Amino acid sequence: MIELLSYDFLRRALIAAVLVGVAAPAVGTFIVQRRLALLGDGIGHIALTGVGLGLLTRSSPTILALVVSGLGAVAIELLRVRTRTGGDVALALLFYGGLAGGVLFANLSGGSANLNSYLFGSISSVSPGDLWVVAGLAVAVVVILAVFGRELFVLCQDEEVARASGLPVRFLSLLIAVTAALTVVVAMRAVGLLLVSALMVVPVAAAQQLTRGFRATIGLAVVVGVVAAVGGLWVSVDVDIAPGPTIVLLAMAVFLAAVGTGRLIRMRRTEGS
Amino acid sequence: MTTTPFSLTGGEVRYDRRSVLRGIDLTVRPGEVVAIMGSNGSGKSTLIRALLGLIPLSAGRAELYGVPPARFRDWKRIGYVPQRLSIGGGVPATVREIVASGRIARQSRLRPSSAADRRAVDEALTAVGMADRARDPAQELSGGQQQRVLIARALAGEPEAFVMDEPTAGVDARSQETLAATLSELVGQGRTVVLVAHELGPLEPLITRSVVLEAGRIVHEGVPPMPQGECARPGHDHVHPHASASEPRLLS
Repeated sequence: MIELLSYDFLRRALIAAVLVGVAAPAVGTFIVQRRLALLGDGIGHIALTGVGLGLLTRSSPTILALVVSGLGAVAIELLRVRTRTGGDVALALLFYGGLAGGVLFANLSGGSANLNSYLFGSISSVSPGDLWVVAGLAVAVVVILAVFGRELFVLCQDEEVARASGLPVRFLSLLIAVTAALTVVVAMRAVGLLLVSALMVVPVAAAQQLTRGFRATIGLAVVVGVVAAVGGLWVSVDVDIAPGPTIVLLAMAVFLAAVGTGRLIRMRRTEGS
Repeated sequence: MTTTPFSLTGGEVRYDRRSVLRGIDLTVRPGEVVAIMGSNGSGKSTLIRALLGLIPLSAGRAELYGVPPARFRDWKRIGYVPQRLSIGGGVPATVREIVASGRIARQSRLRPSSAADRRAVDEALTAVGMADRARDPAQELSGGQQQRVLIARALAGEPEAFVMDEPTAGVDARSQETLAATLSELVGQGRTVVLVAHELGPLEPLITRSVVLEAGRIVHEGVPPMPQGECARPGHDHVHPHASASEPRLLS
């Protein structure tokens, strides 16, 4: 591992992996709490249109993915509030529209092969410019969660209680959706848009097998996220396989181990009492 | 006027063109303990949501301490206890974390929790008898215990007025007694309580006024009779003398 760090591209990949490992599960905890586990997946589909536009206009796919997924997140939130019934159909339209738009624009640009690296991740091709954007976004995500965490906890717990506590419910709802969009773009380079949601949800699912509280869940989910992202990257370089799926499968393995351990702990506890 | 916690004048609520509340005039004065009663679907929960401005009125006017809900800023004066179904979410949260979130209306964004916050949370946990469960995940508690946690969350905010949606529904006898003791302490301090209840049980002696809803209208308002003899026994099937004969189970 150490000698691998002498390669610039691997150093960048490692930093990106740590950033993703921290940001995705941290946002994911709030989103799972809100029972919107697949939100990241939907935003990922929409972000693809941004990537396609970036490839087509020969500008930065990362920046355009950021803009389009941000707008998509706002649209999803508005749809969620406005339409009580049929909202899922509207969301489906948005998701598949985003996916189709991305593939089409990428095709038009003649860079379909390029699209693969956004769909499935290519953490080892992160350029210095990309890394700055990813780092900036990851810091923004962490700062947003640190400043608004208390309010977001109430919101994700119960929207009516949030309103009856005088919280700006609409603003906070948009904030969490847009923060998820930022995270999607952060994670896009590491695991790809189709697997983005996995890094937001699987570490949280693993952590909550072992934790009793919300703060503890965030903390442990971030640890699982960083271990999976860095470990997955290391394994993928070592045995020369694709990093994105390796990272996700490693997170899944941690989840399975956590389920087993959690069962054991609970059995002990009920026996002891 | 500004000391009146809740008032609803000519309140009307519609869901998808179906009228759920009609012509509701209800004013709750400070220190009152009002029970909102009625059968399932009579509009009890809708009424307290309308009182709080959580759902829009299709006609009429709601005021919290003399201010329409949209312009009301003093939410720390009000503690809302929703139905127990809403506890938790997809991620575990400890009892203490949930109760501490009740301080939110008194906290500012960038300041960490203060000693006063922690003290209020400790007191709220003790008041509902859940101090020993503070570090347990709320999802693992019984229904009655979860209800006490939600009440403690409202208590932690130290509001002047409480609004509780079915605090006794599906709650075991012991939790109902704890709730009654907590409420009587609050009432003794002059705080206002509006609660929705299917049956009052041990809360009955605390209630200063009951409001009975039927099909979205107030059909009875008045002092509940003091339970005596057989009626005072907790958990018995209680029928008020003023309940309409055609619906004897209205209050049971």
